[in-house]
Amino acid sequence: MMRMAFQRTGLTAFVLAVAVLSTGCATGPNANPKDPLEPMNRSISRFNDSLDENVLKPVATGYKDVTPELVQKGVRNVFNNLSDIWSTVNNGLQLKGRDTAESLMRSVVNTVFGIYGIFDVATPIGLERHPEDFGQTLGAWGVPDGPYVVLPLFGPSTLRDTAGMPVDTSVDYVRNLDHIPTRNSAMALRVVDKRTSLLGTSNLLTEAAIDKYSFTRDAYLQYRRNQVFDGNPPDEEDLPDPSAEPSAK
Amino acid sequence: MNRFLSRRTFSALALMAACAFGVTGAAHAAEESADAFIKRVSSDILDSIKADKSIHNGDVNKIITLVDQRVMPNVNFLRMTASAVGPTWRQATPEQQKRLQEEFKILLVRTYSGALGQVSDQTIVVKPLRAAADDKEVMVKTEVRGKGDPIQLDYRVEKAADGSWKVYNMNVMGIWLVENYKTQFAQEINTKGVDGLIASLADRNKSNARAAK
Repeated sequence: MMRMAFQRTGLTAFVLAVAVLSTGCATGPNANPKDPLEPMNRSISRFNDSLDENVLKPVATGYKDVTPELVQKGVRNVFNNLSDIWSTVNNGLQLKGRDTAESLMRSVVNTVFGIYGIFDVATPIGLERHPEDFGQTLGAWGVPDGPYVVLPLFGPSTLRDTAGMPVDTSVDYVRNLDHIPTRNSAMALRVVDKRTSLLGTSNLLTEAAIDKYSFTRDAYLQYRRNQVFDGNPPDEEDLPDPSAEPSAK
Repeated sequence: MNRFLSRRTFSALALMAACAFGVTGAAHAAEESADAFIKRVSSDILDSIKADKSIHNGDVNKIITLVDQRVMPNVNFLRMTASAVGPTWRQATPEQQKRLQEEFKILLVRTYSGALGQVSDQTIVVKPLRAAADDKEVMVKTEVRGKGDPIQLDYRVEKAADGSWKVYNMNVMGIWLVENYKTQFAQEINTKGVDGLIASLADRNKSNARAAK
């Protein structure tokens, strides 16, 4: 499994390399230092958007309309519970004692009393989620973001987060299921569940942005930085206020 | 497909809109602290949204009225727009500055009006303030609690000349609103100038209005 995950990364790296060579890097007055691969990222974003528009969004909308809300909630809880187990490990790797303990308790309580995580009984008793993935762990260890990267199918990421992904997938419980049809169905269901939870927000992104691509990028980078620092990023400088200058009016 | 776009982000945006723009109440005594200001304003606006059915149904005109009458007095929207536009702001004519503020406001109100319908049983917890008593600019950190995980919602507030507090930036789950518009605005200005940015904002507002129908 580990080997497969790395093979897949190798392939991704190759695709990236080819794409970079063929499209070149961003230059000119609008070049963003955090996004040297902008031309390539933009075309992958367009690919992702059209795939989403034509396949994923219709499927998610159908799933939402047809499936009872209780079932949808159960499905989401099961996947959340699985990710809580991995969060426990990552919280541990970041030496966050309390969050590690809470994540572990959540998994145990929800697996045992919530029937394999179908019901989230941990949240009502005050055990909050502390979602952490390996990209965040790398960030907490001091690995910088690196350039912004839009991955085919997966969407916004950074070089660091992309490097963390094979570790996340190699221990992914769903991906490692031995019964292949079950594994594939579960992976598909997880994607559909995720997309369903985003149905309300995806329109908002399109409407709020003048340039959806850079809006998404800047939001993603800010969001990940905030996650790495658990809501307290250091040295956040305040933007200057041009309207305060005497020459403003 | 990312967690940062999840449903709780959506309700956070609703609350962000509610709290930043839905600020109510008369200007209070000068002695009110920044965290008390945010607390008062958030609770007031949450209550008024919960009480008004037409906001739940996404009545845009009603929301715009609410924003104009009760929200804008508590926001330094001039500063928000100016910092999103960046240094070019100073070269813009007063007329351009006025248009930028108008279009930017419509963009924000319209995009978040749908989110306001999502407000249900949430409450706001204001975290302990880390600032000196005489600070003119303060960050107030809050947390929105409702169903699911708590949502981080922070504000930057400044003390106006009359002693009242004004919101001039906010973030939801670490994403600062002004910063997130800055790059796009700069792109437009670099390629098409200030008038180009105004036109892009107006176009976006028009197509959003059409989509709403």
